[in-house]
Amino acid sequence: MIMKIENLKFVYNPNTPFEQKALDNINLEIKEGEFIGLIGHTGSGKSTLVQHLNGLLKPTSGNIIIDGVNITEKDADLKAIRQKVGLVFQYPEHQLFEETIYKDIAFGPKNLGLKEDEVRERVKEAMELVGLNYEELKDRSPFELSGGQKRRVAIAGVLAMKPKILILDEPTAGLDPRGRDEILGEIQQLYEKEKITIILVSHSMEDIAKLVNRILVMHRGKIVIDGETREVFKKSKELEELGLGVPQITKFMMKLKERDKNIKDTVLTVEEAKVEILQYLRRKKNA
Amino acid sequence: MLKDITIGQYFPGNTLIHKLDPRVKIIITALFIVSLFFIKSFIPYLFIVAFILLVAKVAKIPIKYILKGIRPLMFIILITFLINIFMTKGEVLFEIGPLSVTKEGLYLAVFMALRLLFLITGTSLLTLTTSPISLTDGIEKLLSPFKKIGLPAHELAMMMTIALRFIPTLLEETDKIMKAQMARGADFESGNILSRAKNLVPLLVPLFINAFRRAEELATAMEARCYRGGDNRTRLNELKLNKTDIISLVSMFIFFGLIISSRYLLR
Ligand SMILES: Nc1ncnc2c1ncn2[C@@H]1O[C@H](COP(=O)(O)OP(=O)(O)OP(=O)(O)O)[C@@H](O)[C@H]1O
Ligand SMILES: [Mg+2]
Repeated sequence: MIMKIENLKFVYNPNTPFEQKALDNINLEIKEGEFIGLIGHTGSGKSTLVQHLNGLLKPTSGNIIIDGVNITEKDADLKAIRQKVGLVFQYPEHQLFEETIYKDIAFGPKNLGLKEDEVRERVKEAMELVGLNYEELKDRSPFELSGGQKRRVAIAGVLAMKPKILILDEPTAGLDPRGRDEILGEIQQLYEKEKITIILVSHSMEDIAKLVNRILVMHRGKIVIDGETREVFKKSKELEELGLGVPQITKFMMKLKERDKNIKDTVLTVEEAKVEILQYLRRKKNA
Repeated sequence: MLKDITIGQYFPGNTLIHKLDPRVKIIITALFIVSLFFIKSFIPYLFIVAFILLVAKVAKIPIKYILKGIRPLMFIILITFLINIFMTKGEVLFEIGPLSVTKEGLYLAVFMALRLLFLITGTSLLTLTTSPISLTDGIEKLLSPFKKIGLPAHELAMMMTIALRFIPTLLEETDKIMKAQMARGADFESGNILSRAKNLVPLLVPLFINAFRRAEELATAMEARCYRGGDNRTRLNELKLNKTDIISLVSMFIFFGLIISSRYLLR
């Protein structure tokens, strides 16, 4: 168990007219190596939840235990926690500040007090992980890059801290379809290569369906659905009521199943659907 | 943290006070400030307290919330209090080391501290019950007679509106960037003054870049909608004084007039 959350509650601006309950009794266990999709409508509390996981927000009540350490305790070592749990914010390109890309990515490792050699190694590695050419780009200003590239620099800045748990808050928000697929592809590779635990926040099912092996659905500060990806999509009615829905291809297969029970509708990608339909046709011919 | 700053923050509501014409509220606030400086004894202070409590009650603003706004300025009040209590000459009450506390000093210190306290709470009632937009509308209207002598009333009001509009945005952004850098191990809370100032770079650079970007976007958006300043510009909601406004204005003129004249009468 790498992470355990018990009865987590959080209220913004308590005791003012702007009081806002954001998290309501969250209980959660996450195992090492899981790839989790955290999904929910705008304002459901996703960002609030992930900011608790590295101690940026202090819960109103409840406990968060990471790697055996209760991070909600007063004397918790926040620096160590933030190294262990890397958090990439929504629109992370807005936090870039250094003159060169190298320096910006090196900011995190330097704060950890690492030696110059080690820092350079890590910057190089992190840039390669997100598909940026180290030699070509390291001395350029991060502000001359395109939006998608800026975002990669920002993600590399967190990866360079070598977190055990990586949390990405809507890493594809505001990117075009190609930029989105590239970033998601890189996250997928990262997961396969580094075997770290990843939590991917999104409000699009299409984005996360192909990647993750477990889905958490949030609604009004609560986790309302928690399960293995394919299991979660079986609850398409519930999902639709929450305004989320299932990927188009899954929906298509569900429609097909309504016509003939013998077809499987637990597919997540077009590729899988193709295989299933071909098999189905073959079965039908043989019968 | 940053969110605790409540001075100048609007406290939404739908009460009589909220609905009063902003010009009336600005004038009453000005009267309030002037009369505070005319008060020379404690008795009129009772009326001031009554006024503040009454307004807060009608506007449905918790007293606790108003007092929260004083917290950032507590330091100034305290300094004034200490300077007055130790620096005033007169009949010595007791001594602490080289410092002596006089009867006059004590009186003056309490008096001045109260004056500051009322000044802050009274003016904050204005901003608490008036949305920034109607506040600047009121200021623009009040300043418009001075347009003839070349005062750009509309531009000033527009600048104020924009500034007020972006304070919460900037605070939010500061909060977000701070968190993002803290997630990368940045430390804003420890170290000496020099290293603390240096640690602010990762916060300030993105904050300025984003602010400039936003300003540019706003200018473009305004231009795209043909904004070109105050001349011949009509408005959606014309400010109009109604009966309640007039009654409030007149009764407050009488009320504060009495307080001011009490200085000469109560002797
Ligand atoms: N800094 C803040 N101060 C006050 N309320 C906040 C703050 N941040 C978020 N909230 C409120 O808390 C609730 C949860 O917000 P949160 O940002 O966690 O949602 P989200 O699921 O990340 O949404 P999105 O998909 O839009 O990013 C919302 O109702 C929001 O208005
Ligand atoms: Mg969010």
